[in-house]
Amino acid sequence: MTEHLHLAVALDGAGWHPAAWRLPDARPGDLFDAAYWVDLAQAAERGGLDLLTIEDAFTLQSDHPFRPDDRTDQVRGRLDAALVATRIAPATTHIGLVPTVTTTHTEPFHVATKVASLDWVSGGRAGWRVQVLRQQAEVDQFGRRVLLDRSQVASPEDRQALSRPLFDEAADAVEVSRRLWDSWEDDAEIRDRPTGRFIDREKLHHIDFEGEHFSVRGPSITPRSPQGQPLVVVLAHHVVPYELAARSADVVFTTPHDAAGAAAIVAEVRAAEERVGREGRPLLVHADLLVLLEADRGRAEAARAELDELDGRAWRSDAEIVATDPEGLADLLADWQAAGIEGFRLRPARLPTDLDAIADALVPVLRARGLRPAGYGPGTLRERLGLGRPPSRYAADPHPERTPA
Amino acid sequence: MTATTKKQVHLAAHFPGVNSTTIWNRPDSGSQIEFSSFVHLAQAAERGKFDFFFLAEGLRLREHRGKLVDLDVVGRPDSLTVLAGLAAVTDRIGLAATLNTTFNEPYELARQFASLDHLSAGRAAWNAVTSPDAFTGENFRRGGFLDPSQRYERAAELIATAKEVWDSWADDAVVADQAAGRFVRPGAIGEFDHRGEHFRIRGRSTVPRSPQGYPVQIQAGDSDGGRELAARYTDVIFSRHSSFDAGQRFYADVKGRLARYGRTPDSLKIIPAAVAVLGDSEADARERADQIHLDQISPQGAIAFLEQVWGRDLSDHDPDGPLPSFDPDVEGTESITKGRVRHTKDPVAVAQQWRDLAESKGLSIRQLIIEVTARSTFLGTAKQVAAQIDHAVQEDAADGYILVPHLTPHGLDEFIDTVVPELQDRGVFRTEYPHETLRGNLGLEPVR
Ligand SMILES: Cc1cc2nc3c(=O)[nH]c(=O)nc-3n(C[C@H](O)[C@H](O)[C@H](O)COP(=O)(O)O)c2cc1C
Repeated sequence: MTEHLHLAVALDGAGWHPAAWRLPDARPGDLFDAAYWVDLAQAAERGGLDLLTIEDAFTLQSDHPFRPDDRTDQVRGRLDAALVATRIAPATTHIGLVPTVTTTHTEPFHVATKVASLDWVSGGRAGWRVQVLRQQAEVDQFGRRVLLDRSQVASPEDRQALSRPLFDEAADAVEVSRRLWDSWEDDAEIRDRPTGRFIDREKLHHIDFEGEHFSVRGPSITPRSPQGQPLVVVLAHHVVPYELAARSADVVFTTPHDAAGAAAIVAEVRAAEERVGREGRPLLVHADLLVLLEADRGRAEAARAELDELDGRAWRSDAEIVATDPEGLADLLADWQAAGIEGFRLRPARLPTDLDAIADALVPVLRARGLRPAGYGPGTLRERLGLGRPPSRYAADPHPERTPA
Repeated sequence: MTATTKKQVHLAAHFPGVNSTTIWNRPDSGSQIEFSSFVHLAQAAERGKFDFFFLAEGLRLREHRGKLVDLDVVGRPDSLTVLAGLAAVTDRIGLAATLNTTFNEPYELARQFASLDHLSAGRAAWNAVTSPDAFTGENFRRGGFLDPSQRYERAAELIATAKEVWDSWADDAVVADQAAGRFVRPGAIGEFDHRGEHFRIRGRSTVPRSPQGYPVQIQAGDSDGGRELAARYTDVIFSRHSSFDAGQRFYADVKGRLARYGRTPDSLKIIPAAVAVLGDSEADARERADQIHLDQISPQGAIAFLEQVWGRDLSDHDPDGPLPSFDPDVEGTESITKGRVRHTKDPVAVAQQWRDLAESKGLSIRQLIIEVTARSTFLGTAKQVAAQIDHAVQEDAADGYILVPHLTPHGLDEFIDTVVPELQDRGVFRTEYPHETLRGNLGLEPVR
């Protein structure tokens, strides 16, 4: 029997192609309205997708890797992704909601509370894409720390070494969050009339995290959420973030460019897990793809060329760009699955066009091939991904983890 | 129209929270954490045409004698997150989040409120509280870094800096002109650049100017510094001066400060917290109030209250027996309860007063605590309560009230179904929302 693939969609602006907002079906005037995001989420849910992600950053989109630009012909501006995700939650029922939230300048205590609260509002569908920010511009927006000057560093190895402390900090931030999420045991609220106690305080725990960048005492102000541990995801392109994922995450999003590259990345991720001594479940390894779908491949390529023409240059990206038809994309997914990829995060070139195509054209093909389930079953996001509900690490007598059959 | 227009009442709904007044032990006490509880109260308040729905904040679980407080409700979700969810299930009611000015940074905070304002189409409000204590600081990067005497300096600079961030995009920056290939107007995304005592930040914000420009600004501090901050910067004061006389004094004091900042009295709404207890008759309401107070002050809760004043362990005392004969431990009162806003200034005097009161009325510990804590601002039939509110507002004891129910989530249902129509009949409360934004419904001028 074929294994099901996990399927996710990455939402950002009017789509991932910089000129997508200029197409007739785009809704560029609605990007800062709730209704736009609700419509997208409902389309993703119509396709039975496991989860959606929402991009975010503290700096404005820019063509320049480290500096703001003054371009006026591309989408600029984003709302806070965690709040967008929560705004979507009551308007959807099943789909996982995974906003991007940075660890570099934020308070781990606030971040943990926000993600747990999203889990409460969505009834167990919350995730968090952990993001590390490395730009001077972000430092200036917060004004509280000094970063080493990346422009002075030439080699990629040196640059990796420079970012390592930020990734270590991110690992600490996730550790704090995970402890806070566990700091209330599931049955801590007792409402015991005879003794007048609302909680059993033996079941709430200080977390007493002491790290290089911060210490956090705890416990959380928010009771343990429906998933217990909301889903933690890291997008990773090289060894330092692979190790962050291996230390901290449940899922790693990767960017292979072909099946052989996918196999190599899976091996690198497993090696990273080995190096950091990961315990418990191995990471779910997902691959990111930029997708542009049309009824046939020729039309898809023409659409891509038209977008590139509008933008004035060829589209480049960290992930592989696929302009094809649903059958062609299904072939590719099956091919990479054979190389060890367990799921895909599709980044639509055009919104809502390519999201609609994913939901209404790709998913039926995947279902016909037995690569996707017919619909949503019961359960939380974690449960749908086969990750179960972990007991609190502080529980004296943890019930055995519920593992799916 | 012949009748002179009466001053209009503003109403808000406070989600019952981490507080001894919230009754959690009754069969109709609902979840304090499930989203459905928040939805119920917010939708009920919107049905009642309330101005806004309000969430308090506490960033460290309270401790009493070195242990987590377990007698009151404990735990709550993040305010902004819940409000973003509520924006999906309400249309017009304002959404007010309490956020601390000490343990937040201006750019991130400004970005979140502007996002909520977009996602709710102009209904966001921010209640700025300072709570700078080192105990709370233990959950944050910088610990207890701020000298409490600087709390309002930082708060004022934080608000001013947030406004610079909100002002950095021009109103009409996003043009999304597909034909011309122009998404934003050239030069319409400006830089914020703030050099101050507490913050030195600059950059470009990612969030376009939001429907209200700024979220409605609320303030809840009561000291002189808090009142000045409100007079200078805020649109609404959430005060605890709900009784008629104290309300009038506070009202006159704060409104009197506005001229100094070139503001009119109408530009700042004073909305104290209030409790309303209803009944079929006044006697019935009084009986219900008594039962509520018994439910609020459990035997264990009465002892814990006493310990806050006495500053020491009193668990060997019988809640149904007399008060301690000895004086409070003055040293102990500094530290016995953490994470709660303290009100007891002189424990020895308070203890003496309480002992005298208990003696003269023959009260046990629990009865005494009920006597000194139980407060209903408004009590009676729906008609009577509406008349009391109307009177207080016309006589400038307040511009309206933030109603604090004692039950989650149904605690305001009766008020909304019975008192609101009475207020509407008296011509002092709206029957429809006149505006789409909270700022409009509060009768505040648009920003700029
Ligand atoms: C009615 C009222 C409600 C308050 N609500 C909160 C709250 O939810 N969270 C919080 O941290 N502080 C809260 N506070 C505390 C104040 O904002 C302020 O930090 C505190 O009162 C100390 O300042 P002050 O000396 O000016 O009163 C509240 C105060 C008042 C008067």
